[in-house]
Amino acid sequence: MASLIAGRTARRQQARPVAPTLERPGAGWAVPGLLFFAVFALAPMVGVLYLSLTSWDGLSAPQFTGLANWSRFLTDGQVLQATAVTGALLVGNILVQAPVSILLGVWSAGRQRNRAVLSAVFFLPLLLSTAATAVMWQQLLDPNFGLPAHLTWLFGNANPLGSQSGAVACLVLVTSWQFVPFHSLLYQGATRAIPETLYQAAAIDGAGRVRQFFHITLPQLRNTMITSTTFMVVGGLTAFDIVLLLTNGGPGTDTTILPFLMYQTAFRTYDFGYASAIAGFLLLLATGASVLLTRLSGYDRMTGTLEGL
Amino acid sequence: MKTRPNYLAGAAACVWLLIVGVPVYSLLSAALQPQDQYTNDGPLALPSKPTWANFDTVLHSGFPGYLWNTLVVAALTVALVLLFGVPISYAVVRGRGWWSGGVFRIFLVGLAIPSQAVVIPLFLIVNRLGLYDSLWGIALPTAAFALPVTVLVISGGMREIDASLYEAMALDGAPPARVLRDLVIPLSRSGIATASVFAALQAWNGFLFPLIMTQSEGSKTVTLGLYNFVSQYSDNVPALLAAVLLSAVPILVVYLFARRALVAGLVGAGGK
Repeated sequence: MASLIAGRTARRQQARPVAPTLERPGAGWAVPGLLFFAVFALAPMVGVLYLSLTSWDGLSAPQFTGLANWSRFLTDGQVLQATAVTGALLVGNILVQAPVSILLGVWSAGRQRNRAVLSAVFFLPLLLSTAATAVMWQQLLDPNFGLPAHLTWLFGNANPLGSQSGAVACLVLVTSWQFVPFHSLLYQGATRAIPETLYQAAAIDGAGRVRQFFHITLPQLRNTMITSTTFMVVGGLTAFDIVLLLTNGGPGTDTTILPFLMYQTAFRTYDFGYASAIAGFLLLLATGASVLLTRLSGYDRMTGTLEGL
Repeated sequence: MKTRPNYLAGAAACVWLLIVGVPVYSLLSAALQPQDQYTNDGPLALPSKPTWANFDTVLHSGFPGYLWNTLVVAALTVALVLLFGVPISYAVVRGRGWWSGGVFRIFLVGLAIPSQAVVIPLFLIVNRLGLYDSLWGIALPTAAFALPVTVLVISGGMREIDASLYEAMALDGAPPARVLRDLVIPLSRSGIATASVFAALQAWNGFLFPLIMTQSEGSKTVTLGLYNFVSQYSDNVPALLAAVLLSAVPILVVYLFARRALVAGLVGAGGK
């Protein structure tokens, strides 16, 4: 103990001549993590662009073929179809999820007891993994033994997964079922952060509930809307597991979205070079969309001001 | 302030209650029905002769092994994410120089990389490292893709630490490692907890990495196990749905005991 104190005073005396400033961590602290991230996330990004210029079956060494994959990519009807289906799913998901989750989020931000209880129920789908959700819905949507056989007034006599429009609708329904609670949570938090004084001032001015919603709540939720939409867009572009488990890309190739097409090309037909071209396109779309949306939100600037602290 | 009940919102909430409630009820009901009753009465019927047989079937399949593998992958992922994420956040928040903002920006950009788009080179890298078909082969990429959110959340928490506390440490002449251990980590516990829950959930929900990086029965995770059950139990829907239900039990336990941490972890960077 004594030696410990002695050591400490010795060090303190050493530091004395200068004012006591704290030694700051050097760049070395970030190096291990950066290396790890570079190997498993940044290098693969470069790798996918390189592999898109090769022909590779996954076993032998990749053969450099220049832009062959990309010229094939540009004239591939299946890619065009997959892009269209991906877009349709994306738009469908945003149109369904955004309004529902804003309404639910604002509603559940209220502190009433019944709202708290119902919110806990609404939260339940989040406890299931995407795989579990998809497996559950695949069984519940079975035309012979699932819900359609017992709710003919709702589903008619058709197999909901048997047509393209039906399968796309089911994918939107199941994705929304799983992710609306997540987006509602974002909106709930943001709504609770809106200063109460804004509503008090509006009430004094005689604004009713509807006008308060449109003129205070919605404008105040703008940043959350952009965050939530970013999640929807990036999540929608990469919604692979739900398609594999619910429709397996079918009927036929009707719900084969881009990531599913990439997976099939790579891991079922072992055409890794061409699959990398599809993956490169996906990478471009996803990063492009999120960069665009962060620009809109000013999120990058916001963290920029934080760095100065 | 808001005293008048909002009937319109209440009605809409009831509609959503049905949309959430009916499938959840069907899941429970089906998992408790004997196979022949499900074939006749379907998922909306009340289980008139409730049985645990379906859960028994699942628990005597490979399911407990899948559950164990998932727990191991989740633990490895959390350990990796904290091992790398805490020092990075510390360096980003406390470091001075051109590099500290640059490092932060790398992870901000990293947020936007979709794992699907880079899975082919990752498959190659994991193969070259000799980790194909091992739990490390799942945990390493999962951790890498959870790292940007981790850095964002933990560094956000570290920024809240008051400067006067650092000055107090400066009087002691503490080296950076001790400042991290004695001051920074204890005071950013909630950010660290949120990041851990987020990383664990990523591992828990992960499907693509297990699908591509593993092959044998011995290294399957729960999500992949469910995928296999779909064909294995194609004629025994109640058992399949019992497996779905069992796969949610660990998260349900976390939800009941640590609701706040779970919600924070779910929302992750979106809550910022």
